[in-house]
Amino acid sequence: MTPHPSPGHRPNRAASRRSVPRGTPTMAPPPRTPSATLKWTLYDGWTVARRDLAHLRYEPGQLVGALVFPAIMVVLFGYVFGSAIPVPGGGNYRDYLMPGLFVMTSVTGIMATLNIVAADISRGVMDRFRSMPMARSAVPFGQTGAYAVQAVVSLVIMAVMGLVVGWHPQRGLLLTIAAFAILLLFAYALTWAGVFLGLLVKNEETADQLVPLVFPVTMISNTFVPTVGMPVWLRTIADWNPVSAAVAACRDLFGSAGAAAGSTAWPLVHPVAATLGWSVLLLVVFVPLAVYRYSSAAR
Amino acid sequence: MAPIILAEGLEKHFGKTHALRGVDLAVPPGTVYGLLGPNGAGKTTVVRVLATLARPDAGHASVDGLDVVRDAAAVRYRIGLAGQHAAVDEKLPGRENLRMFGRLYHLGERAARRRADELLERFDLTDAADRPVKQYSGGMRRRLDMIASLIIAPPVLFLDEPTTGLDPRSRGEIWASVRELVRDGTTVLLTTQYLDEADQLAHRIGVVDTGRLIAEGSPEELKSRIGSRFDVVVLDPDRLDVAAEVLAEATGTAPQVVRERRSVSAQIHGDAVPLTDLVRALDQAGVAAEDVALRRPTLDEVFLRLTGAPSTGDESEPAKETVR
Repeated sequence: MTPHPSPGHRPNRAASRRSVPRGTPTMAPPPRTPSATLKWTLYDGWTVARRDLAHLRYEPGQLVGALVFPAIMVVLFGYVFGSAIPVPGGGNYRDYLMPGLFVMTSVTGIMATLNIVAADISRGVMDRFRSMPMARSAVPFGQTGAYAVQAVVSLVIMAVMGLVVGWHPQRGLLLTIAAFAILLLFAYALTWAGVFLGLLVKNEETADQLVPLVFPVTMISNTFVPTVGMPVWLRTIADWNPVSAAVAACRDLFGSAGAAAGSTAWPLVHPVAATLGWSVLLLVVFVPLAVYRYSSAAR
Repeated sequence: MAPIILAEGLEKHFGKTHALRGVDLAVPPGTVYGLLGPNGAGKTTVVRVLATLARPDAGHASVDGLDVVRDAAAVRYRIGLAGQHAAVDEKLPGRENLRMFGRLYHLGERAARRRADELLERFDLTDAADRPVKQYSGGMRRRLDMIASLIIAPPVLFLDEPTTGLDPRSRGEIWASVRELVRDGTTVLLTTQYLDEADQLAHRIGVVDTGRLIAEGSPEELKSRIGSRFDVVVLDPDRLDVAAEVLAEATGTAPQVVRERRSVSAQIHGDAVPLTDLVRALDQAGVAAEDVALRRPTLDEVFLRLTGAPSTGDESEPAKETVR
C-alpha cells in the first residue's frame, strides 16, 4: 500500500530517441565571425533597450515622476529661492538656473540604471540573462542605451519648460544643439557608473537608499548659486565637481545669464573641455568595470 | 544510458563558507532528479554551477557532454533555468516577457511571437497574457517564470525550488507542467525542501546537507530507509497499552506512547503494513481509535535518520541559500 501513488517513476524511453523535445523553435546558430558577433551583440542590446523603453509604455507614470521632480525644482528655486538670489553680472535667475536643472536631469540617469540593474539582480532576471546564450555585454549596453533615449525625451520636455519660465539660449541653434549633445554624453557616461554601482549593491533596497545622494552631488556645485561665495574647502569640491563643469559648459554655450561670472578654477574656465574630459574619463573607467563585473559576477 | 547531467567532485567556496564539499551527480536523460535539502545545504549552488552561473573551485560538471566551464556558451543552448524568484520583468505583461526572451534566443521576431503565444496557450496563461506580471498571483508568476525557460525547449531544465511558498493548487499546477515536460523528453533537475515534492516528481532523489550528498536513491529506496510511521490516537486512555501492543505486532518496532495526547506511534520498516489491517487489528483488540494515520516522514525526520542530527539549515533564513 502506497498512500501517494508516484506517477511516471519510470525513465522516459522516448527521451533516448529524441535529444530535443518536440515543438522546438529554430534558433539562429551562434555567431562565428567578429562582424556577426557585433551584429548579435547589437541585436541583444536593442532587445534589452526595448524592454526598458516598454516600461514607459506600460508605466508612463515613470516618466511623469522623473519630470515632476525637476518641475518642482523650477518652482522652488526659480521662484521661491530665486527671488532672493542675485545673478552674478545681473540677469534673470531662471535663465541662470535652467542649465543647472538640465544637468540635474542628466544626473538622475545614474540612479535610473542603478535601480534597474539592482532590481534585476535581486529578482533573478540577471541570472536568467546570464544563463542564456545572449551576448554578455548586451545587457549593460542595452540598459544604458535605453536610458539615453529617455534622457532625450526628458531634456526636450525640460527645455520646453525652460522656455516658458524665461530661459533663452542666446548663441544660436548650433551651439544650443552642441550644449544638449554634451549634456547627453555626460548623462550617458553617468549611466555607466550607475550600472556598475547597481552590480555592486545587488539589491533594490540598498539602491533606493542611495537615491538621496543625488542632492549633495548636484547641489555642491554651481547648479543653483555661483561657487564663489562658498567657503574655500567646499568651493574647491564644488569647482571640481563634474556637475559644475557641465553646468558651466551649458551656460557658456547658451550664453545664459551669469555665464561669464564665476570661479577661476580650471574646469570652470574651460567648461566644455572639462565636461568632455569628465565624460570620457567616466566611460573609460566604468564601461570596462561594468562589463567585466556583469560577465564575471558570482563566478 | 550516458548521463545527460554529470557532476564529479564539485567544490565551491564563498569566502569562508564551504558551500559544496564534493558533490557527484549523474542524471540519465528523460528523468527527473530531485535535490532535497534544507536552506543553505548547497542545492542552489549546485544548480548555479550546472547552469554556468558559478564556476566550481574543484571538480567538473557537464551537460549533454559539454563542460559547464569550458563550453559554457554551448551549454547555455541546452539548458533552461527557473530559479526561486519569478525572474521576469514585473512591469511588462507575460506575453511581452516571453517575446523578449524569444528575441534574446534569436528566434527572429515572428517565431518569437509565435512561440510566446504557443507557450501561453499550452501552460494556460493566455487569459492573463496581456496583464502586467505585477498583477499575477504567486503561482502564475512561477508558471510564467518556468515557461520563460522553455522558449527553446531545452533538453535540460533546472528548477530551483519551483514551488516554495506556493499554495497547494499552484503547486499541483507546476507539478503537472513538469510531468508534461518530462513526457516530452526533457530532463529535469529540481531542488526542493519538500520530501513530498521530490517523491511526486523525481525518479531519483539526492539528499543534500552542508554541501554534501548524504544519501541517494529512488523515492522508494529512501522511504524504506527512512520509514513511515503509524500514529494512533485512542478514545479511552486506559486502552493505550493495548493499542501499543497491537502496533508493536503490526510493525515489529517498539511503539512510543504519549499519554497526555492519548497517542501511540510506531515506525514502519521495510514492507509497508496496510492501514486497513491495522484498523482491523485495533478493532479486534477492542480499541476505539479517534484517529489512525499513516504518517510520511517529514524532511526533518529524514535528516534525523540520515545524519543522526537535526538538519543544520535554518528554516527561518531563506536568504542563506541565495549566494551570489
